[in-house]
Amino acid sequence: MFEYDPVLYSRILTTLTLAFHVIFATLGVGIPLMIAIAEWMGIKRNDPHYTLMARRWARGFIVTVAVGVVTGTAIVLQLSLLWPNFMRAAGHTIGLPMFMETFAFFFEAIFLGIYLYTWDRFKSKMKHFLLVIPIVIGATASAFFITTVNSFMNAPQGFEIVDGVLTNVSPLAAMFNPATPTKISHVIITCYLTAAFILGAIAALNILKGKNHVYHKKALHLTMVTGAIFAIGTAVIGDLSGKYLHEYQPEKLAAAEWHFETESEAPLILGGILTEDNEVRFALEIPYALSILAGGSTDTVVTGLNDFPADELPPLWIHYMFDLMVFIGMYLALVSMIFVFFNWKKNWNAFSRPLLWAVFAGGPLSMLAIQSGWFFAEVGRQPWILNGIMTVSEAATTSQHVDIMLLVFIILYTVLGITCVVVLRRMFKNNSVEHELEERGIVHHSKQEAN
Amino acid sequence: MSYEVVGITVLWTFLYGYLIVASVDFGAGFFSYYTKQRKKNHIIHNIIQRYLSPVWEVTNVFLVFFIIGIIGFFPDTAYYYGTALLVPGSVAIILLAIRGSYYAFATYGAKESKWYSFLYGATGLLIPASLTTVLTISEGGYVRIDNGNVQLLYGELFGSLYSWGVVILAVVSVLFISASFLTYYASRAKDTNALNLLRKYALIWSFPAITMGIVVFFLLNKRNPEHFQNMVELWWMFGISFLSFAIATYFIWKKRNYGTAFILVMIQYFTAFFGYGISHFPYLLYPYLTIYDGFTNETMATALIIAFIAGLLLLIPSLYLLMKLFLFDADYVEGKKSKVL
Repeated sequence: MFEYDPVLYSRILTTLTLAFHVIFATLGVGIPLMIAIAEWMGIKRNDPHYTLMARRWARGFIVTVAVGVVTGTAIVLQLSLLWPNFMRAAGHTIGLPMFMETFAFFFEAIFLGIYLYTWDRFKSKMKHFLLVIPIVIGATASAFFITTVNSFMNAPQGFEIVDGVLTNVSPLAAMFNPATPTKISHVIITCYLTAAFILGAIAALNILKGKNHVYHKKALHLTMVTGAIFAIGTAVIGDLSGKYLHEYQPEKLAAAEWHFETESEAPLILGGILTEDNEVRFALEIPYALSILAGGSTDTVVTGLNDFPADELPPLWIHYMFDLMVFIGMYLALVSMIFVFFNWKKNWNAFSRPLLWAVFAGGPLSMLAIQSGWFFAEVGRQPWILNGIMTVSEAATTSQHVDIMLLVFIILYTVLGITCVVVLRRMFKNNSVEHELEERGIVHHSKQEAN
Repeated sequence: MSYEVVGITVLWTFLYGYLIVASVDFGAGFFSYYTKQRKKNHIIHNIIQRYLSPVWEVTNVFLVFFIIGIIGFFPDTAYYYGTALLVPGSVAIILLAIRGSYYAFATYGAKESKWYSFLYGATGLLIPASLTTVLTISEGGYVRIDNGNVQLLYGELFGSLYSWGVVILAVVSVLFISASFLTYYASRAKDTNALNLLRKYALIWSFPAITMGIVVFFLLNKRNPEHFQNMVELWWMFGISFLSFAIATYFIWKKRNYGTAFILVMIQYFTAFFGYGISHFPYLLYPYLTIYDGFTNETMATALIIAFIAGLLLLIPSLYLLMKLFLFDADYVEGKKSKVL
């Protein structure tokens, strides 16, 4: 029925691997910071609840790291296997940060091994806390380096092409391209945000299930305060990303916004559907908002889709990916701020069931936002793999059997994903917070604060 | 030294590092599974767990480092090997993925399961077998290039004596390296029962390891006479290798100097691996690709080398700390220090 097309299968297989990996990569970048904050609070407030929080988070974290490591290895190999031409070009131009990423991860892996097994080994708690710092740095540095590679794919620079040969390469210019500042800050802060919300969702769920130990409330409060800060940061950076797109990848912005005519005072379109003659229906229009997003003022002229060659445009469904990401981002900011505000007002109830449900929903939603954000970023660059330089079809392998490999990897990720969830559930079910608190003889403050 | 030589030396050294640490890990998985089947698992289980838990992730990074490094220094390898190795490469990914995640599931998920330990043991032997495909095809004759399309000749690969020889060499080497390291680790832990069993494994696998080394050496003569001639010229390196092997085995047999014995095993593989690598020079893939073809530009090479040195300055103290806490800390090795998550 289908004709074998290695390009198409390579794209599907890469999508699959990346979409699966990004779940674990996002947690891998974000959770170490949350662990560090919890352990720090435990020391500063001399509150063993926070220390136990760090310990339990670290225990769950290692399982997700394992899947992150193996799928990360898969990506490295798969990029060479499926996109040999791209990797050849990348080796010449953007090899440096890829190389440094492995160092960052190496560094993190070493200290993670030490951190996990030395909880009770040092007399001073501070010493053990110091071990988490390299993990946080390593995790964030990994995200930094690998995102510069993705930035390079969006805004390639730092080389010249003379007669089809890459010359005059400047690795630093390639690394620090125009897309780098907004892209790395956006990726890193949303990793933190997502990690905070995933952990917050777990705490909220526990309280919803009727567990009323103050430990869960502390966990929820900690994750929502950090979540609110990261959510506000995300919004500010999101605005800057819009300005980047306007200047360097206007076709991506126009496609995200279904913006056809070049004009100033451009409205922002939310939702809606597109008719066959490219008319937007049923959408919510915010006047001037697109011009403001793109250039900070209503008279910014935003180039429309009609002014780009049709064969260089990404598919227009990325509009929904963009909207979904933005909507969830706002939702997370709102929920976390409401929680923090309610909790701050002493006689308001921050632990009401509707608000807890809203926080819980934030967990899966934040991961959905990560997915839709990456889908928008990657599909929005089509047909290019290196924007303006190399298309995905030029980059792909010509090899046979990519279709069979796709099938095999679908099975692999399904099995890995299911086992990972089963293992995590079993780990924490068999060893509940209450049980562990009792086992370790922790009774700190729980009586005064629990009411 | 030219940039090309510096680059390939760095990468080859990392691949050697992977060969050692991964062999210990792979072999440990197999021994763990094997002893479980024979109900002797209680003897060596602690030793293996105690060593592996803190270091397993580090192992994987050596491999990733090598791959990223070779693409950075020699971008054309991505094109040639990437296209040719789709299937064997994917098989290796799957095996690595299963191994890494199921190890973590079993260790941290706090549930022993026969199935997990089978996966862990089986992948320990299959991964080295699948990874050696790369070294095999580098000898030439397994890849065809039509109009720039690179194709792996599966019939040639599966039908060749040399390719199977390398697979067996890899598997027996893994078991030998692993057993000799674990023997040393058990002796440090003063665990006599584990020591006796592991010492026996080390001795059992020593003979096949050296025999297969010699067999593959001569099989190469048929496969790639040019490479074989270069190897013969480096006879002294292989001589040192053989000598180190003999002394190491003697020590293990005589039940003494287990630490020195393991260092000698490392030297045995170091000299053989580098002898093989130097004689392979300058080819990355006979006869299509040498290290001088499509070498990355000088700016990139300088940048990579600087990054590499900076990275080492960061990693060596960290690795030292890891080893100090888990490898050389007698109390930890003997199990007197807790290892609770």
